[in-house]
Amino acid sequence: MSHKVVVPIGPYHPLQEEPEFFRLYVEGEKVVDIDIVIGYMHRGIEELSEHKHFDQIPYSVERICGICSSSHPYAYVLAVEDILGGEANVVPERALYIRTIVDELQRIHSHLLWLGLAGHFIGYNTVWMWAWKYREPVLDMFEMITGNRNHYGMCKVGGARRDIREEDVPVLKKALDDLLPAVDMFKGAVMDDPVIQARLKGIGILNKKQAIEWCAVGPTARAAGLNIDVRRDDPYGVYDRVSWNVIVENDGDIFCKTKVRILELYESINIIRQCLHNLPKGEIDANIKDIPAGVGIGRVEAPRGECFHYIKSDGTNSPIRHKIRAPSYMNVASNKVAAVGQTISDTTITLAAVDPCYCCTERVAVFKDKTDKKLMNGWDLIKLSQEKTKKLQERLNGGNK
Amino acid sequence: MNLRTKALTKSLAVFHAATSPCNNCDIEVLDLFTPRHDVERFGITLAGSVRHADVLVVTGVPNYKTAERLKKLYEQAPKPCFVIAIGGCACGRIVFQDSYNSPCPVDEIVPVDLYIPGCPPKPEAMIAGIIKLLNKLKGK
Amino acid sequence: MEDVVGRIREKFYDQIIKFEEKSARRIYLDFKPADIQAAVKFIFTDLGCRLATVTGTDMPQGIELLYHFSYDRSGQVISLRTLLANKKDPHIESITPLIVGAEWIEREIWELLGVEFDGHPNLKHLLLIDDWPEGKHPLRHDHD
Repeated sequence: MSHKVVVPIGPYHPLQEEPEFFRLYVEGEKVVDIDIVIGYMHRGIEELSEHKHFDQIPYSVERICGICSSSHPYAYVLAVEDILGGEANVVPERALYIRTIVDELQRIHSHLLWLGLAGHFIGYNTVWMWAWKYREPVLDMFEMITGNRNHYGMCKVGGARRDIREEDVPVLKKALDDLLPAVDMFKGAVMDDPVIQARLKGIGILNKKQAIEWCAVGPTARAAGLNIDVRRDDPYGVYDRVSWNVIVENDGDIFCKTKVRILELYESINIIRQCLHNLPKGEIDANIKDIPAGVGIGRVEAPRGECFHYIKSDGTNSPIRHKIRAPSYMNVASNKVAAVGQTISDTTITLAAVDPCYCCTERVAVFKDKTDKKLMNGWDLIKLSQEKTKKLQERLNGGNK
Repeated sequence: MNLRTKALTKSLAVFHAATSPCNNCDIEVLDLFTPRHDVERFGITLAGSVRHADVLVVTGVPNYKTAERLKKLYEQAPKPCFVIAIGGCACGRIVFQDSYNSPCPVDEIVPVDLYIPGCPPKPEAMIAGIIKLLNKLKGK
Repeated sequence: MEDVVGRIREKFYDQIIKFEEKSARRIYLDFKPADIQAAVKFIFTDLGCRLATVTGTDMPQGIELLYHFSYDRSGQVISLRTLLANKKDPHIESITPLIVGAEWIEREIWELLGVEFDGHPNLKHLLLIDDWPEGKHPLRHDHD
């Protein structure tokens, strides 16, 4: 018996009616094909940039995505600074450190956010609550140094918009010290739990060859064995002055994707500590007045992967062209192979595993082919996923007696 | 205030509709249900379907794909249904006013009962806004 | 670490119209539209570079396309630039049969700029609604 399956993920923010974001075609319990429909978040930001001044654009690109809201402005200012000769030649040193600190704090909050959501999808609501609880102090740190929990407004062409005060540095250091035991707890709770291992290992695999064909980036690619990270390959900020590791796993399944993100939390804490220790005194803004004609490319490693911006200027106040390519653009498309072959109960976690900048985690529904009658909605599919975990728990715990 | 509305003020089922947001407001709305703010202690819960909702929370800028859906959602919600527009985008589209993909602001699609501006509004601001709405319903 | 730029210049010596090394990690090579396919195949398959994205820009002289590749080992972004002079009916061969990940990228350029990608397996709307008015491309400048 075949059904036309449309999978809704998350009753939290997507609209509960059509349009389906992911159309999954199933035969029995197995997914045989997937059609991905996007565009619900399209606001025409590239076109808006052509009517804005260079200094107004960071505000609007920040609002491309609320979770990686420092990555897009950073990649944008790097593109403009590329026209001017490159970040390292233009931006004062202290500003490089500030940009790096904000970028890594963002990675911490984003990975904790994902951890919480992933926990919820597989039925570990305690993980959700704890991950988001420990995310709050990180947001407090953002509020302390930038003025806002989200949307920081820290990047400008030629430097940083706000400085980190001397008295904030020890507070930041303490917050990181307090975060470390929490990360240890998550690592233990997630990595060592036999039910989570059974739930996530071998599921939602995107192997290395597929990751290359689909041009995947970020933790999705690194979990598949692709050793790529913009921070190391095309350094910006002070990533080439602090010591840190690129985390790569090889099996390409959801367990590896989870492991990469958790281990990256440790690296981020380590990077910020080194930056705070070495933070030089000095100016934070090069006071750029004019942007000459030319082209520039800027890219950063957002929590989800490479965020790519291209700017073409003709010497006037506004760019002629601003091209934006978010990391999820490449990763979400790769679900075409990662989700196929899975069972329905695994789809929510598979689709969520690429960490689709949440803006993209739309809805899925299960239809009956000929009648177009909806059989299941997103709420049902998350329940299915959570039920599978419960059954696994019973089986594994029963076996231990 | 009738009995129905009075009952509502004790327990609000919230349905969250996102019309093309950057997700910051959505994350802050979800944050309300996590330990630090924990609005469930006020009787506020998330509804799985709009047909069980008392409140429709709207975030984001309506674009052509989502504007129609928002209208349908509102029509399906059992009345009385209070609409809360959360965030600068839902209140007035802010920086996306001139976008070629946005036909109009939220309050030209559905009637809005409460505006909570901010980018994103802090969870405390959202709670303050909801309390304002509840007080209005109670006749204060 | 390979000198991939050197290898591209050697192989496509006759086809490269212009070469610019803007900085150590930003390289631009201009090609004719008909030569893009072979260059993309070489860069992706033989040299193992990753496709970052493709940028389309409406210029007075035509529609400019930039194919941005990343050689992750060196951190270089190698952009292949070409110009489609016929703005009324711009065509170029699709690279999606070569690189699966290019499917959405080319669909987006088709709907926002009106470039036809010959041989694309699924050229339909990606971001805009299905009944978006035909011929109206938001990123075209003459459109205003």
